[in-house]
Amino acid sequence: MGDIAVETSGVSKRFRLYHERNQSLKAAFMRGRRAKFEEFWALQDIDLQIPAGKTFGLIGHNGSGKSTLLKCLAGILVPDRGSIGVHGRVSALLELGAGFHPELSGRDNVYLNGSILGMSRKQIDRQFDEIVDFAGLETFIDTPVKNYSSGMYVRLGFSVAINVDPEILMVDEVLAVGDESFQRKCMEKFADFRAQGRTVIIVSHALGTMRSMCDEVAWLDHGKLQGVGRPSDLVDEYVGASHEDRTQAPGDSTSSGGSRWGSQEITLDGAELLCDGRVTSQVSTGADVTFRLRWTAPEPVAEPVFGMAIYSLEGVHVTGPNSQDVGLSTGTVHGSGHVDVHVPTLMLTPGTYQVTAAVLDSTGTHAFDHRDRMFRFDVTAGHPRDRYGVVSLGGSWDVAVDRAPVT
Amino acid sequence: MDGLQNYTLFLLCALLPWNYFSGVVNGGMGALTGNANLIKKTAFPRQHLVLAASAALFVTFTIEMAVLLLALVVFGVNPLLWIVPTLVLMVLLAVFATGLGLVFAVANVYFRDSAHFVAIGLQVLFYATPVIYPITLVQDVSPDSLVARFHIDSLYFANPLVHYVEAFRDLLYEQAVPSLTTIAVVVGCAIASLWLGLAVFNRFSGRLAEEL
Ligand SMILES: Nc1ncnc2c1ncn2[C@@H]1O[C@H](COP(=O)(O)OP(=O)(O)OP(=O)(O)O)[C@@H](O)[C@H]1O
Ligand SMILES: [Mg+2]
Repeated sequence: MGDIAVETSGVSKRFRLYHERNQSLKAAFMRGRRAKFEEFWALQDIDLQIPAGKTFGLIGHNGSGKSTLLKCLAGILVPDRGSIGVHGRVSALLELGAGFHPELSGRDNVYLNGSILGMSRKQIDRQFDEIVDFAGLETFIDTPVKNYSSGMYVRLGFSVAINVDPEILMVDEVLAVGDESFQRKCMEKFADFRAQGRTVIIVSHALGTMRSMCDEVAWLDHGKLQGVGRPSDLVDEYVGASHEDRTQAPGDSTSSGGSRWGSQEITLDGAELLCDGRVTSQVSTGADVTFRLRWTAPEPVAEPVFGMAIYSLEGVHVTGPNSQDVGLSTGTVHGSGHVDVHVPTLMLTPGTYQVTAAVLDSTGTHAFDHRDRMFRFDVTAGHPRDRYGVVSLGGSWDVAVDRAPVT
Repeated sequence: MDGLQNYTLFLLCALLPWNYFSGVVNGGMGALTGNANLIKKTAFPRQHLVLAASAALFVTFTIEMAVLLLALVVFGVNPLLWIVPTLVLMVLLAVFATGLGLVFAVANVYFRDSAHFVAIGLQVLFYATPVIYPITLVQDVSPDSLVARFHIDSLYFANPLVHYVEAFRDLLYEQAVPSLTTIAVVVGCAIASLWLGLAVFNRFSGRLAEEL
């Protein structure tokens, strides 16, 4: 095997978007045509070199062509243009399960799938216990797979796919349906694969995992390759771009963020981050900051509850303070004004965060105005200097020797 | 042996090959649509699905033919000499049927109601093939004019299955070598059908995963 496991050059795939599709001779004859369709390029000029022995990720929005590309690489779809070179034995697990026959039992499907992936009966016999064991489906192995839960389906498919000794493993977003323990098992398996010098190509929307797992990622956007590079850079860029559609420039107090709902007795007109008295979108860990929410109340409203939430880009809900929990009485508000949340030391690790804000009625259950992902801000390295996770605990370190070596 | 001497054997000599043929055509039709999940999720040569259906039926066919052979022995015929030619003929029929199976497999993906039309077609074909009646029945019909006679004959004999069935009957029932024309037609049709089947299949197999 050379240095490149999979390479594509100028790969394009065209699909038909049917407006009318006569799938029966009768209809085709009556309507006088088989189909009316538009052509649509799901992939355009994809040039990729996937190095052998690396874990390679594909990211992109829904419908960007990730699965289509993977299917082309796996040989299930034939590209309309361009060429694909695959060097090594491929085992692919595509969206929502392997190619199982619903009426057959799990056992038969293992044999069916194994032989499609190029194993002999003897090899499957030898691997069978391992496959079932990894999937954890001993009791259900003779049940038809149509009666499997989606997680069980994926477990078995994944288990077959990794146990056929592939040189290149392609996995499309299936792990999401597995439970916690299975996902962990899979992660370990991916790590093993990497240690053994096998190539893994993975599609996922779990960006945190992609960031930590992949050696390299490619970003697809509307069927075009947007970039290939280090996961940390590209994932950030991708997330940034996908939020730009939804939020305006970070820190802009008039930005119209993500979704918004509420009965509008009070509205949140803007939110901003202040540091040293200035509106900013970039602060450092440990900075003294203030979050300001601007409100307007055309009619007097008694005891509204203001709240905000900070999310990491991966969607981790970092914190969600509100005026009710801290015991603040807001009185009756009328006109317009602002609410400040003062944070003396911002204990967030470097990264990009998003702020959601809401104003609720006095019971905290009815939303006057809820604005998702109103703005983003970046945290750069500061003090304390922590890199991992989303919060810094600001702990101090001390090393002590409890017992000196006996000399 | 005359057709009416032992009608059961006479019938079976043609019915078993016919059943196999219609089985392969029907099985081929379902081979792709019935395995849509497999085609959409895994990569393998798609024609294997049709070939597998055909091969499975061939096993049954072989067993049935072995039983028929036994029955022929019981009825005092010695068909041992004809075993090898019969096997060759069975393979030729398999090739012929599989070629058509490949075509219909693809047709059924594009037009899901092809199965109905093929079912009707097979029924017509069944009566247009000398399975339940001896071919002499057709040959003995003598319409008034020579021209009409010519038309009926050429239409009737344009059906390749007539020749396959006749070849089986020649070998097993009449214990005779089929005529050269029959042999030529049987071999030619097998090759032509396989060629057509593979051509159609290769033309469309790349898009199967999208069309299903
Ligand atoms: N068989 C098909 N026929 C027609 N269009 C298709 C077909 N398969 C995919 N497409 C289209 O191609 C585009 C890319 O789809 P694809 O499944 O590759 O997206 P994706 O990047 O995997 O998205 P997701 O993140 O939702 O899984 C979509 O617009 C989809 O509608
Ligand atoms: Mg997908």
